Amino acid sequence: MKIGAPKELAKGEARVALTPDSAKFIQKLGHDCLVETGAGAAAGFDDAAYRDAGVTVVDDAEALWTEAEVVIKVREPLEEEAERLREGQTLISFFWPAQNEAMLEACRAKGATVVAMDMVPRISRAQKMDALSSMANIAGYRAVIEAGNNFGRFFTGQVTAAGKVPPAKVLVIGAGVAGLSAIGTATSLGAVVRAFDVRPEVSEQIESMGAEFLFLDFENSQDGSESGGYAAPSSPEFREKQLECFREQAPDVDIVITTALIPGKPAPKLWLEDMVAAMKPGSVIIDLAAEKGGNCDLTRADEKVVSDNGVTVVGYTDFPSRMATQSSLLYATNVRHMLTDLTPEKEGVIDHNMEDDVIRGATVTHQGEVTFPPPPPKVKAIGAAKPKPKEKEPTPEEKKAAEHAAFKAQTKRQVTLLAVGGALMMLLGQVAPASFMQHFIVFVLACFVGFQVIWGVSHSLHTPLMAVTNAISGIIILGAVLQIGSGSVVVGVLAAISVLIASINIVGGFLVTRRMLAMFQKS
Amino acid sequence: MLGQGFVSAAAIAASVLFILSLGGLSNQEKAKRAVWYGIVGMAVAVFFTAFGPGIGGYWWMIPMMAIGAGIGVYVAGKVDMTEMPQLVAALHSFVGLAAVFVAWNADLERRRVMAARAIEATSQEFSAFAALVAEKTPAELTFLQVEVVLGIFIGAVTFTGSVIAFGKLAGKIDGKPKQLPGGHLLNAGAAAASLLLAILYLNGAGFWTLLVLAGLAFFIGYHLIMGIGGADMPVVVSMLNSYSGWAAAAIGFTLSNDLLIVTGALVGSSGAILSYIMCKAMNRNFINVILGGFGGSQGPAAEIEGEQVAIDAGGVASALNDADSVIIVPGYGMAVAQAQNAVSELTRKLRSAGKNVRFGIHPVAGRLPGHMNVLLAEAKVPYDIVLEMDEINDDFPTTDVVIVIGSNDIVNPAAQEDPNSPIAGMPVLKVWESKQVFVCKRGQGTGYSGIENPLFFKENTRMFYGDARSSIDSLLHLID
Repeated sequence: MKIGAPKELAKGEARVALTPDSAKFIQKLGHDCLVETGAGAAAGFDDAAYRDAGVTVVDDAEALWTEAEVVIKVREPLEEEAERLREGQTLISFFWPAQNEAMLEACRAKGATVVAMDMVPRISRAQKMDALSSMANIAGYRAVIEAGNNFGRFFTGQVTAAGKVPPAKVLVIGAGVAGLSAIGTATSLGAVVRAFDVRPEVSEQIESMGAEFLFLDFENSQDGSESGGYAAPSSPEFREKQLECFREQAPDVDIVITTALIPGKPAPKLWLEDMVAAMKPGSVIIDLAAEKGGNCDLTRADEKVVSDNGVTVVGYTDFPSRMATQSSLLYATNVRHMLTDLTPEKEGVIDHNMEDDVIRGATVTHQGEVTFPPPPPKVKAIGAAKPKPKEKEPTPEEKKAAEHAAFKAQTKRQVTLLAVGGALMMLLGQVAPASFMQHFIVFVLACFVGFQVIWGVSHSLHTPLMAVTNAISGIIILGAVLQIGSGSVVVGVLAAISVLIASINIVGGFLVTRRMLAMFQKS
Repeated sequence: MLGQGFVSAAAIAASVLFILSLGGLSNQEKAKRAVWYGIVGMAVAVFFTAFGPGIGGYWWMIPMMAIGAGIGVYVAGKVDMTEMPQLVAALHSFVGLAAVFVAWNADLERRRVMAARAIEATSQEFSAFAALVAEKTPAELTFLQVEVVLGIFIGAVTFTGSVIAFGKLAGKIDGKPKQLPGGHLLNAGAAAASLLLAILYLNGAGFWTLLVLAGLAFFIGYHLIMGIGGADMPVVVSMLNSYSGWAAAAIGFTLSNDLLIVTGALVGSSGAILSYIMCKAMNRNFINVILGGFGGSQGPAAEIEGEQVAIDAGGVASALNDADSVIIVPGYGMAVAQAQNAVSELTRKLRSAGKNVRFGIHPVAGRLPGHMNVLLAEAKVPYDIVLEMDEINDDFPTTDVVIVIGSNDIVNPAAQEDPNSPIAGMPVLKVWESKQVFVCKRGQGTGYSGIENPLFFKENTRMFYGDARSSIDSLLHLID
């Protein structure tokens, strides 16, 4: 089938859905690739690069839309693009079906199949096509770079001959993919990073990226994570507590990066005017939620504003597009994986399997019907990982009591064992001849020595230990040696055989142990 | 001919040397000296006993020792380190068989002496062991009979058990647990019959009772070990090790030889402790292991979601090139594929690139306790980067890359997360806490215990399919 990528029409959009790299993979699936001339120019892929990868470069959008059976795009279609759709054609792009009902209806009316990259369910299997995550990752990175660009100081602390520079303090609100990516970038630039999220279970992820988790001490704190690993709106009391925490942080931090979004709702206002006012002049706020209204009161979408006290508030909504090469590469790979799933036989035939959780979830119109919203996926998104209840530290008294009890139980057991053992010995002593008892004393003592000695053997030497004890157990040879001189032929023969096999055991055992031990060497 | 005083002094010296030899294995450097203690101890013991008073038959003894020593040298030089478990099992069987022979002999001698006494020919000259028996009182002779029975029984179980363990470890017998119809009832029946025979024998029945007794014990050894799966072989081998010691001790009682008793007891108790340590490492009951099979699970095992994602050598290599800290977790699969030299080469390359490479060894990795350590040592991996589970388990969260080579159950998170799992509660290496895990594995099969491993489905796990050796080899030229 023919897969075509047109030039993005949205203003300022620099990304492209097909790269020369991804085209090579798509061709391996048996498809042909088309691209509109100049589609990749803004992302750094010129037509020649596409041609080298075996992609047909088409002169205008019209030709591409008529020729391609599957159109892959980045942004949701504009009206003029929807007009070009035809029956049986497939469109793969971001779509935001919940917000774009009119467009959804228009595509349905055209009879086209639309696969929305933003609707790919969040399950492990679909991670490779999770374009939202890959774009959020870039946005998080870019947010830090943008902040650095607008911030007048170093990120990292330095002591130089010209004076001491304190490290920048960065606060990241919302530890989704974008937030975590921002934490990682800011940490690696040397900043001191703190992060907040309503889902307490992400504290581990935050700490793993090198930031400090701002912990809210909140009674019966409601679990902020909803199925799918997204955040849910929080209760008014919780919100108050949260704002109080931010208010405390505001005078201290230099850079604030907000990434808080709740699916299908306007972005929560978390960084209020008074907090901006409390910040130091020259501080920077990067609002990654600007498209949804912003987390900061002062945010204006697609603009950079400076507050009265000199705080820069950046509300760009096109962070991924500002890194068009990187984001095109990742997005094209996500789309390529989607096509791989749609082409199970790799013979260039699209099999739109509506039974498949991932494909079903992402498909919003199919065969003249609106298939949004999808039914809940059969596989649950993420095993709702509840934060583990913290184990209570036992108090010193409790510890002492437990130790005492254990000691008592042990004493009891040992005394019982000794008593039983002693009684048995007494009984044995009554019947056994004196010579036997003498040997028995030796035996019991040897057992004890064995027990004491072996506990100290290091684990890595257990195999040599086994070989040594095996060799030593060849001591049975003594028994045979003692008997071999007997007058009886049968006894002599049996003893001789015993001497033979016991010698094999002794010599073989010791030599092999030596071989093993000789191999152990220090670095 | 040396006097009895010499022999007794030699016995004391040999006992001390054996104790030092076992105790010396507490670290790698001392261990090299410890083996010499063992060798000298054995030489002293054999020499002074052989040339002690009342020993004859040198025409038989010395050639046999020479031949045996020759075979021993040959075998020890030839065996591969991966075949170590088989070799140890095979050697155990020799001790078992020798114990049976010596015990039979003891009874034959007793009969000769009794017969001589019966015809009042006390003046008859007995040589060697018979002379000793001739001096025994009736009560002592009864005890001697009990000791003979014990020696035969333990020795025979050790013999067939070791042979079967050898077969399973060498792959000559199917590793799956197998039992004849009747299961443990057969074992119990055979044990009861043995007891009956022993009582008959003590009451004066003929030599045939001892032959049948040995036959029954042979059967028990065979059947018991056949019923134990290959994964439990480390415990079995050390248990047989222990038995061979007890058999030697029983013979020591029969022959009134303190050196045999001391040495047998040392070996017996060391084997028992080793088995105990290993059972603890697997969170298993010793009795359960010996009776075969895993303990029953209390419900359906948790369903595993997700898919196993494969990766190629290039992907693994680039992750390794980026990593600062790497932990390698080897298992039996590494031994099977003989991959230890490739792994060692990989380690050398990564270390020369300044990365922190370490090995995490689970106590029951492989088919013999400490098996992995020996293999890695053979491949010249320095032992100070080879760490035990407890030493390394807390370091996984700060590790960039973990490579799991041919191990499965010992890295199974179900042991900790799923109370219904058959291996629930077993301590495992928490590899999944690291940033990235690569599992080097032949295919999608389950491990020896036959349970699914949720690790393979985790988000930070990538499956690196293929034979362990060729997989690691293919990585080598990609590491820079």
